[in-house]
Amino acid sequence: MAGIAPQESMTEYINHHLHHLQWKVGSGAFWTINIDTVIVTLVLLGLFLAVFIPVARRATSGVPGKFQALVESILMFVDDLVRETFHGSSKFIGPLSLTIFVLTFLMNFMDILPVDLLPSAAASLGVHHLRVVPTADLNTTLGMSLGVFLLVQYFGLRHKSLGLFFKEMVTVPFQTDQPVLKVLLALPNLLLRVIEEAVRPVSLSLRLFGNMYAGELIYILIAVLTLGMGWSHGMTYIMGPAQFLADFVWTLFHLLIITLQAFIFMMLTIVYLSMAAEQH
Amino acid sequence: MNINLTLIIEGLAFFATAWLVMKYGWPPMMAAIEERQKKIAEGLTAAEQARLELKEADARVEVEIHQARQQAAEIIEHAHRHAGQIRDKALEDAQAERNRQKAAATAEIVSATERARSELRAQLATLIVDGASHILQREVDANAHRKLLDELVAEL
Repeated sequence: MAGIAPQESMTEYINHHLHHLQWKVGSGAFWTINIDTVIVTLVLLGLFLAVFIPVARRATSGVPGKFQALVESILMFVDDLVRETFHGSSKFIGPLSLTIFVLTFLMNFMDILPVDLLPSAAASLGVHHLRVVPTADLNTTLGMSLGVFLLVQYFGLRHKSLGLFFKEMVTVPFQTDQPVLKVLLALPNLLLRVIEEAVRPVSLSLRLFGNMYAGELIYILIAVLTLGMGWSHGMTYIMGPAQFLADFVWTLFHLLIITLQAFIFMMLTIVYLSMAAEQH
Repeated sequence: MNINLTLIIEGLAFFATAWLVMKYGWPPMMAAIEERQKKIAEGLTAAEQARLELKEADARVEVEIHQARQQAAEIIEHAHRHAGQIRDKALEDAQAERNRQKAAATAEIVSATERARSELRAQLATLIVDGASHILQREVDANAHRKLLDELVAEL
């Protein structure tokens, strides 16, 4: 990086870290795939399935091993939450919640890895852009939340008749017994319903994305503290410890955040699904 | 932030994972947990029942022991009574036997005395006759003096 002004190199460093490894599959901005996000996601979900499914299939109803006990406790934690909140019948909501919780946590956890570890490893293999936190990519969180949105609509349709499903759109939340008012309130009700439904996936995805993106950015900024410094550089001995301390404190805090965000995403999914399944 | 095709891939990947979990992971794990819960519940019920049964058995044993003690006491008392009866009867028998033997012996003594006495009387009569003959220097006719002699003997 010799010859580049510090300010410029810092901007360059940050921009470089925020750039996805992309593959253009067609014309137009939409027809692009963030390969890093997809690969990390696939690796993580492969890891999750490769660990969970064999344990589940070999699960004994006798005395469980330590690892089975761990998996069971996570499963029961999710299952209890689902049972407390969701009163409809569904085989999918439990597994979905578990997947959201564990997979989101794993994706978030990629943030805890040293910020330059995987990108520089990739750079040595000739890959020059790599973002390792899938949940710091809005595509991931929005993809998940849109899936949840579709599932909410499906749950709504499945748990009540088609007539009731559409009737609720124009009769809730403003309710009345008078026919004239009913007609007048139909439009506001519908409008509110549309806003409500539209806001959910957006807020759900932006909450997770925002937390993870900010977390990643802070790690990048902490990394920038000693950018371009070497052992011969005097500032290294001041900024180095400061960087270590900042990194340590932020990691402690961020561990809480990644767990909490995974939990919130799961919990809100359960809540939305149970609201859709309930009759108003 | 660019929204692109990644969104669809990520959404699909996510739900495919959830579907795989639903299909292959969740049910066996849940079945194992539920079966264990059932086993534990059954175990607890069995333990509780065993505890109750033990209590019942203890009570029954208590009653049995009490009854056995009572029976034993009765038997001992009966035995004592019986022994007393046997002893009394033996005593009575012995006493009767003693009295009987005593009576027999007394009777024999009496008869022997009588016999001896009458023998002695008879001999005495002879002696008297012999003596009298010697004194009189002649034969005394015992028959002639029979009446006198008998009176004499009877006086002895």
